[in-house]
Amino acid sequence: MADAHSPITQFVIKPLIPLKVGGWDISFTNSAAFMTISIVAITLLMVLSMRGHALVPNRFQSIAEMSYMFIANLVRDTVGPEGRPYFPFVFSLFMFILFGNLLGMIPYSFTFTSHIIVTFAFAGFIFIGVTLIGIFKHKLHFLSFFLPPGVPVWMAPLLIPIEIISYLSRPVSLSVRLFANMMAGHLLLKVFAGFVIPLGLLGIMPLAFLVALTGLEIVIAFLQAFIFTILTCLYISDAIHLH
Amino acid sequence: MNDRKPPEPTDDFDARLSRARQSEQKRYGKTGDSSNQQQSGIGQAMRMGVEMVSAIAVGTAIGWLLDNWLDTSPWLKIVFILLGAVAGMLNVYRLASGYGYAAGYQKSDQEEDKGKN
Repeated sequence: MADAHSPITQFVIKPLIPLKVGGWDISFTNSAAFMTISIVAITLLMVLSMRGHALVPNRFQSIAEMSYMFIANLVRDTVGPEGRPYFPFVFSLFMFILFGNLLGMIPYSFTFTSHIIVTFAFAGFIFIGVTLIGIFKHKLHFLSFFLPPGVPVWMAPLLIPIEIISYLSRPVSLSVRLFANMMAGHLLLKVFAGFVIPLGLLGIMPLAFLVALTGLEIVIAFLQAFIFTILTCLYISDAIHLH
Repeated sequence: MNDRKPPEPTDDFDARLSRARQSEQKRYGKTGDSSNQQQSGIGQAMRMGVEMVSAIAVGTAIGWLLDNWLDTSPWLKIVFILLGAVAGMLNVYRLASGYGYAAGYQKSDQEEDKGKN
């Protein structure tokens, strides 16, 4: 009883279709199910809403157009015109994280962005991709990343390790930020929800707080998806422009 | 449509387009590129905390790995934890002073360019 209502039960990964290949556990879990649901939902939203091609958009078409314009402006503002080739990636990333965060707000659902391994996989992929872009675009000039111009030579042995650590900490901070926000928010919701029934009549107070907190969580779901995306754009911009 | 004269017949399309873009940038320029200002104080504080901790964690991990590899425990760990702390402070400083996450000081140059246009 107590176990089923523990605040961290919501993060447990349960295999839905057990599957083992050569000693590797690749079961289709509830996390994978919600990733699939979010991809299907995004695809349906984008494809079905744009089917009408109406000049005056209906509700769903304007959602699709607004999200497109939002990310297009974001890429243009942060990366510039050279960022066009990366728009599909940035847009998919934003929609996937946003839908992951928002689907997690539905009661009894699972938030796959609340697991650090998922967000770290995003961030690690972005980090490696951005580094490769930088190396291909600038060849050895890429190494000037680690020594800002105008630095005295005798500072280099100290500054280069610091810059390398600073660079390597990017995927860590990027993934921890999203994961920590999502997990902390859902934990807080569950903890406060646990107070409502035991407090009886006084339970109205945590309940009122929960309503406000749910609104805040939805804002955070948008905000964290936005921050993850804008940081990705900044990293791409860094790799393209260098300095 | 035909009886309406274009505003300036000598103007070509590109010039008009660039003028329209400029006026739009004037209107929306302030809100367009303000990832730092838009955030609330507590959001920025959270980001700085994460930034600081992750740099120290990366420094510690590097020190740990090098120590295991070179068998110099605990010296490289100590050195790299300190370097990680310095890198974390550098990240926080860059975030606080609006340089963004750019290594070096590229962000401010970009803003200067934008001001010129």
